[in-house]
Amino acid sequence: MSNWFSQAASVTAFSLRTIGQRRGSVLTTAVGVAGVAVVFVGVLSIAAGFRGTMQSSGAPDVAIVLRTSANGELSSVLSREETQLIAEAPGVARAGGVAQSSAELFVIINLPDKKTGSDANVPLRGVGPAAFLVRDRLQIVAGRRFEPGRNEIMVGAGAARTSAGLEVGRKIKLGNNEWDVVGIFTAAGGSAESELWTDAAVLQTSYQRGSSFQSATVRLASPESYQAFRDALTANPQLKVQVQRQSEFYESQSGALSGFIEIAGFFIAAMMALGALFGALNTMYTAVATRVREIATLRALGFGAGPVIVSVLTESMLVAIVGGTLGAGAAYVAFDGFTASTLNWQSFSQVAFAFRVTPALLVQAIALSAFIGFLGGLFPALRAAKIPIAAALRET
Amino acid sequence: MSNDNNEVLVDVQGVDRVFRRGSEEIHVLQKLDLQVRRGEFLALMGPSGSGKSTLLNLIGGLDRPSSGTVAIGGERIDGLNDRQLAAWRARHVGLVFQFYNLLPVLNAQRNVELPLLLTSLSAAQRRDHAVAALEIVGLKDRNSSFPTQLSGGEQQRVGIARAIVTDPTILLCDEPTGDLDQKSGDEILSLLQALNREQGKTIIMVTHDPHASARASRTVYLNKGRLLAEKPE
Repeated sequence: MSNWFSQAASVTAFSLRTIGQRRGSVLTTAVGVAGVAVVFVGVLSIAAGFRGTMQSSGAPDVAIVLRTSANGELSSVLSREETQLIAEAPGVARAGGVAQSSAELFVIINLPDKKTGSDANVPLRGVGPAAFLVRDRLQIVAGRRFEPGRNEIMVGAGAARTSAGLEVGRKIKLGNNEWDVVGIFTAAGGSAESELWTDAAVLQTSYQRGSSFQSATVRLASPESYQAFRDALTANPQLKVQVQRQSEFYESQSGALSGFIEIAGFFIAAMMALGALFGALNTMYTAVATRVREIATLRALGFGAGPVIVSVLTESMLVAIVGGTLGAGAAYVAFDGFTASTLNWQSFSQVAFAFRVTPALLVQAIALSAFIGFLGGLFPALRAAKIPIAAALRET
Repeated sequence: MSNDNNEVLVDVQGVDRVFRRGSEEIHVLQKLDLQVRRGEFLALMGPSGSGKSTLLNLIGGLDRPSSGTVAIGGERIDGLNDRQLAAWRARHVGLVFQFYNLLPVLNAQRNVELPLLLTSLSAAQRRDHAVAALEIVGLKDRNSSFPTQLSGGEQQRVGIARAIVTDPTILLCDEPTGDLDQKSGDEILSLLQALNREQGKTIIMVTHDPHASARASRTVYLNKGRLLAEKPE
């Protein structure tokens, strides 16, 4: 058996030493596979980044309450009385006797995009005083919080990055009113960073919403309190609401888009992989064809068919893995942390997020490359093994 | 195996070799018998397409007969499968080709070492054997030369060194001088003759050069797949 392995190693070494003579086609194959890896990693890092942003938006001990029929905050309505019933429900965390429940308004405004200059939808959230307790990962990084009762806005870091005119000290005009930008905040990379925040009461007035809200975001006493809280609300005949954990809510909000990006990414990568596969096939058929006499000579001397197959497969996979690794590395350098924003179709507003090239993506890209190399080498390898020795010995 | 000079080393009995081209059957060898004794230097002559190389391939285990038997040193090889044949070739056959068939990426010594990769010899032993074989063919000083740096005659010497390095039972040469000029060809024939006379190597050489066959101890003629009793006119 060790003899078999040393045969395979020797034959592979001979074949690898001829790569230089075939560098044109070998290089083409490597570049083709590298392209597949770039696209694969690039597109899927979008999905990973978007999903990551939406997932870090949600905490397991925070629940969001919407009207029963609503499929997002935008289509939900809650009256003041309803929000009060929600705040009084069992399972809600309390600090100094005050329920940690934030009744919120959610409207879409238009702001010019920094890059394109054209208007893009940006979410403006009106929040209650408890909002800062409920979303405890929120941090002011510039300026200060808005003051209740005033036309003041604080801006998520993602929104500040993608929309124009949101620097602290600037004024923006929304509807008939001017608003002061007073602060910039982060929210641990969550989707709140794509939002603008102001006082819910001020927003109700300027958007003529009376005393109605759209959602209530509630911190629970513990993650385990969720069931009791939910049961109390859904059993209450005065309320027509649905309850979700915040983490699940954002997951469902992002699922459609990241799913779509993933499918598109896989599809594009699959198409390119098919192209690269034919490139690899062509390269390896050529490699076998130019070495027919050499392979036949080795076989005539007594080398087995197995080592010949191994040598062709090894070369093909090696070229593909080198190409794929370079491509994945290039994608990492180019895309990791690259910031972008997209329309979240559930809320019709911009979500700012960063591409994430995860280690898993890199491993997948290299595995895909190896697979392309394997398939591309398999049939040429089998052909090499079946070369009629006697006839091939005389080929010139 | 004994070294009795009358021992039949190669015993080909009633061999047919039929190739198919579409629906047509081509009988390249027909009911052919051939015996070669140990220590013989046999020249196999005949016009193109007479079946010389096909016969050589059958004796060398590179091909199998359609019917009939081939025994080398008393061992039947016509029934071996591909894997068994490959192992048998590695042990018993030294092959010399018209176009040398050296691996261009390997230097002379490495080319000669190739068949030894199939043995259990250590790297140092392989090197020693290869150096000794190159010395026998007169290329002691060209160990590290690559095939492209060698003349045709020198390349064929490396080919012969590769063929004898395993001390095979039989040396099979397919037109060994076919690609060489007269002078280089003569040197190669002298080398083969010396291997036959001084080292007792059994050699079968396919050629259609009468000059080459004159160096052999016996010449047989093939025509249309059959052995002729005597030299054709």
